[in-house]
Amino acid sequence: MKPFSYERASSPAEAAAAVARRPGAKFLAGGTNLLDLMKLEIETPTHLVDVQDTKLDRIEQTSDGGLRIGALVTNTQLAADERVRRNYGVLTRAIVAGASGQLRNKASTAGNLLQRTRCPYFYDTNMPCNKRRPGSGCSAIGGVSRQLGIIGTSDACIATHPGDMAQAMRVLDATVETVNPQGQTRAIPIADFHRLWGDTPHIETNLKAGELITAVTLPRPLGGTHIYRKVRDRASYAFALVSIAAVIQPDGTGRFAVGGIAPKPWRVAGAEEVLPQGAKASAAALLAGARPTEDNRFKIALVERTLAAVMADAKARNVA
Amino acid sequence: MSSNGGPELSRRGVLVGGVASAAATTVPAVVAEARTLPDVPKPTTMSVAFEVNGRRADLDLDTRTTLLDALREHLHLTGTKKGCDHGQCGACTVLVNGTRINSCLSLAAQHQGDKITTIEGLGTPDRLHPMQAAFVKHDGYQCGYCTPGQICSAVAVLDEIKAGVPSHVQPDLAVRPRPTGAEMRERMSGNICRCGAYSNIAEAMAEVAGARA
Repeated sequence: MKPFSYERASSPAEAAAAVARRPGAKFLAGGTNLLDLMKLEIETPTHLVDVQDTKLDRIEQTSDGGLRIGALVTNTQLAADERVRRNYGVLTRAIVAGASGQLRNKASTAGNLLQRTRCPYFYDTNMPCNKRRPGSGCSAIGGVSRQLGIIGTSDACIATHPGDMAQAMRVLDATVETVNPQGQTRAIPIADFHRLWGDTPHIETNLKAGELITAVTLPRPLGGTHIYRKVRDRASYAFALVSIAAVIQPDGTGRFAVGGIAPKPWRVAGAEEVLPQGAKASAAALLAGARPTEDNRFKIALVERTLAAVMADAKARNVA
Repeated sequence: MSSNGGPELSRRGVLVGGVASAAATTVPAVVAEARTLPDVPKPTTMSVAFEVNGRRADLDLDTRTTLLDALREHLHLTGTKKGCDHGQCGACTVLVNGTRINSCLSLAAQHQGDKITTIEGLGTPDRLHPMQAAFVKHDGYQCGYCTPGQICSAVAVLDEIKAGVPSHVQPDLAVRPRPTGAEMRERMSGNICRCGAYSNIAEAMAEVAGARA
């Protein structure tokens, strides 16, 4: 690990200003992803601003019947919250499908959204990677790419957003609230939070320098049947090959976002419109324009089958 | 090594190596380059105080020190193990304010004022924690390297089930989880045992939980 200095901020605005003041500074929340990457010297901050004292660790009701989730609420705390389990089951389900108990106890809500890709070439510092070293090339294209993206990728990068929680947040139309170093706040719809890689795969979100996530808000509950289905190589503690967060209504309409295939939770309005026609039509609309590799072409069929399983599950539960 | 340098040498290395080789052609260019490296950032130290197994610890640490290294290398509590050092194996699991975490993915500096419990604080050879006794009885290990992490995790898992923390295998989020075999296996997935003592670990946990694995 490269040497760094460390400070604690006592308010979100102070934290944002502290990071803006020092080139090479980064926020530190749970640290479960950042420290992993710092040990590999993929992340090399020269200064860390620990935000644990910024009091962003509460879940509150909003005036319009939704929830405001503080940026530092742990994954476990969020999954276990009685209101979340009751009204936003897809969020609890997505969170507990990810990582391990130990990691969920430490990882934060904001950090979960900001976790970096698990592309093996991003982790292998001996290999070119446009995300790790802009302009060095992409080793995954033409490399081992079974786990990697099939849509929304680019000629510069085919990595995926690795998380589970984000798919649920996308289906729930969450909003990311931030504060910048000048103390100004803004709200970013989750759909606009993560970026497609394009020519700049090292820029993963639309956050600006020194901008700190303070909360993620959920609109009022949607009702319906909440499902998170994750397909992976082991039954637990593995990243998704394909995952689907879905909220399905009794009439067969619904919304869904797919993980494991793209730089961001993949949700397409046209695919939801044809959902009542079945998984085949809906998956085809979702994946129009997909550019799989030979290694991960199977994900096209896997998305359709996983979606069929989700719809069958929803139907069974609506009858029950 | 040629004083003209190979294509793998940096321009600066070649230039410095070239000067050095005027005096002694046998001086390797890499040695010459090492002397010309720019100043690397200096390590920063800071004071960290927390409580470990009921005793206060005051340490002056390099900011890079993880909680795991603080426990093992500075407090010599070597019961907690370093396996992968990347949060994948669970050997470093400790309890912080009663909650299990990977101590390898946490800086000591993040734990100012925290109460930490390691395997040494759960029980002693004379007075085993019930989970330690159950691991002995059910042969919940072979080589033993992952065992401190397994036991710390197992103790926390039963607490998490009691507290109603949901899991991936829970059929209904509205119904409190119970310490079934399926629940314990899912919740222990962050602790890898290369010897494969899993079924005996599940038996040990079931005994402590008063349930069937």
